[in-house]
Amino acid sequence: MSKTLNRRDFIKTTSATTIGVATIANGITLTTFAGTNKTPVTNEKRWGMLIDTNKLSEIDIDGMVSACKKEQGWGSEVHSTGNQKPGWIKKLKVKDKATGKVSNLALMCQHCEEPPCVDVCPTNASMKREDGIVLVDKHLCIGCRYCMMACPYDARSFVHETLSNQKEHMPRGKGTVESCTMCVHKIDKGEVPACVTSVNSDAVIFGDLYDASSKINQTLKTIQSAQIRADLNLNTGVRYSGL
Amino acid sequence: MSNIRFEQIEGKILGFYALIAGLGILVLAALGSVYYMEHHGHFVTGMNNRIVWGMPHVFALFLIAAASGALNVASISSVFNKKLYKPLSRLSGLVALSLLAGGLMVLVLDLGRPDRLIVAMTEYNFKSIFAWNIILYNGFFVVVAVYLWMMFERRMNRFSRKAGLVAFGWRLILTTGTGSIFGFLVAKQAYDAVIMAPMFIIMSFAFGLAFFILILMASYQWTNRPLGDAVVNRLSNLLGVFVAAVMYFVAVYHLGNLYLAENTGVENFILFDGGIYTKLFWYGQIILGELIPMALIYHPATKGNRSTLGLASVLIIIGGLIQLYVIIIGGQAYPMELFPGKEILEGYGGVAQYSTSLPEMSLGVGGVALAIIAVTFLVKLLAFLPESLADDVDDPHHKG
Repeated sequence: MSKTLNRRDFIKTTSATTIGVATIANGITLTTFAGTNKTPVTNEKRWGMLIDTNKLSEIDIDGMVSACKKEQGWGSEVHSTGNQKPGWIKKLKVKDKATGKVSNLALMCQHCEEPPCVDVCPTNASMKREDGIVLVDKHLCIGCRYCMMACPYDARSFVHETLSNQKEHMPRGKGTVESCTMCVHKIDKGEVPACVTSVNSDAVIFGDLYDASSKINQTLKTIQSAQIRADLNLNTGVRYSGL
Repeated sequence: MSNIRFEQIEGKILGFYALIAGLGILVLAALGSVYYMEHHGHFVTGMNNRIVWGMPHVFALFLIAAASGALNVASISSVFNKKLYKPLSRLSGLVALSLLAGGLMVLVLDLGRPDRLIVAMTEYNFKSIFAWNIILYNGFFVVVAVYLWMMFERRMNRFSRKAGLVAFGWRLILTTGTGSIFGFLVAKQAYDAVIMAPMFIIMSFAFGLAFFILILMASYQWTNRPLGDAVVNRLSNLLGVFVAAVMYFVAVYHLGNLYLAENTGVENFILFDGGIYTKLFWYGQIILGELIPMALIYHPATKGNRSTLGLASVLIIIGGLIQLYVIIIGGQAYPMELFPGKEILEGYGGVAQYSTSLPEMSLGVGGVALAIIAVTFLVKLLAFLPESLADDVDDPHHKG
């Protein structure tokens, strides 16, 4: 290497190093966030949920909401009123205008493949994992709420007050945005989301949408299902049947 | 034209200090409100998970739009080479920078975590209009500051036209970015229309010029400097044209939306049965903020009268704030169409309620106050204002 370092080489080397460091730094953040995960998350899986509104009773949905509150530690806010209260998952009653058929369903983050919240987030705090789970990095969120403006499912909440007694696996912070994490902390341990466990029937099926042998994949192949606001082409991870 | 002499204002009179003190109190009140909101959390505001952007955003986006519009006077001089406007260019750049500073103060201090501003400056998602806006806003400060320097520094004067061109291009992109904050939101029926970008540009023309005219007339009146009719009447005509253009865009936006069945719900809400939003739209935005100012500007009985021009400018500013209120709050209040063809009986829907809180209002007003303080201070510090804008000085072809 007798060649002296010219300016172009210098810029090349420095850029490469910077990109390298940035990549590692990113990795660290994500690993910390995923917690106990030992194997890297890949896009070979796509986690999803199928909710059968014909089988799901109102009691089931109430159970799902309570299970989510208990697991993630939200719902005991004291100062927030009305629409200020968080709603990671909520019960909806929907009536068909033509037939009058009434359906009950649980609505939460739909874990879109093309999430508008991720597109609009200025700081990359809203992000989608390789396996399709959409999350908020609480360390990067500046609380601008643009993601809440962009979400077509009203799935996100803003923490309006100081919180205490938080769950260790789910730090929540005043002034940041939060939503259903599909219980990523459980999925990474090979478990199933809390709301799914709470339902004692196959009204809610959780699994890998890509895995041809999974129950969710096979069921979706045989029955008619729908995505909410399918017209937006977001390709949601949460699907509904019986709507 | 080369005879134009720029001079600082003296600012030794009681009025100057009273103005600074009064505005300073408003800024302090805003900072106090921010401390209150950040300490307790946003539950003390009227904002919630349905109305996520409230009064602070109305003020912030209004000021940001007005900022880019205030630069127009300079652009007309340097880009379109209209000599009459040249003496006004420095003030135009100053008002633009000051309004932007006020708007950004409001926007940033309403964040859930304003302490993480450094994250916003270092982590960029280039798919986000917001991230682009952070770059565009910061860039605007640099571009306009350089432009001002070229105008101030005699040796650099020859570059001022080119700098003006860059600033003009930048401000068009900036306002496009501001309008696109809403234009690209597919989720909400009231937004998701590309026309919002050009509509914001034309809104910025009107709001910015209204601010500029008020500041120009006030500073010449209070410093007893001559301000000729030629320049004031020209600005007045221009303001009228801009307001007419805003009305055109508002009409096209709403008529276009009405045509699409999926948007008739939200259009009926804003235009006919939206309660407070319908009232604000017709009485506030259209009548108070557009029709009355147009009448004041063009009616033979009031045309050329400085007081009525001042009143028209104030009404345009109030009407502009109302317009942004209708767009931002009204657009969020109307529920999203989650299930087309179905009716939601429970769990979501209905018109979201919002009533602004005192701290939110105080923060917004503080942003305006900061902008005016900045102008007031800087015209004393640097020679932004020509010592005379009398007709024979400003317009050599004036026949008077």
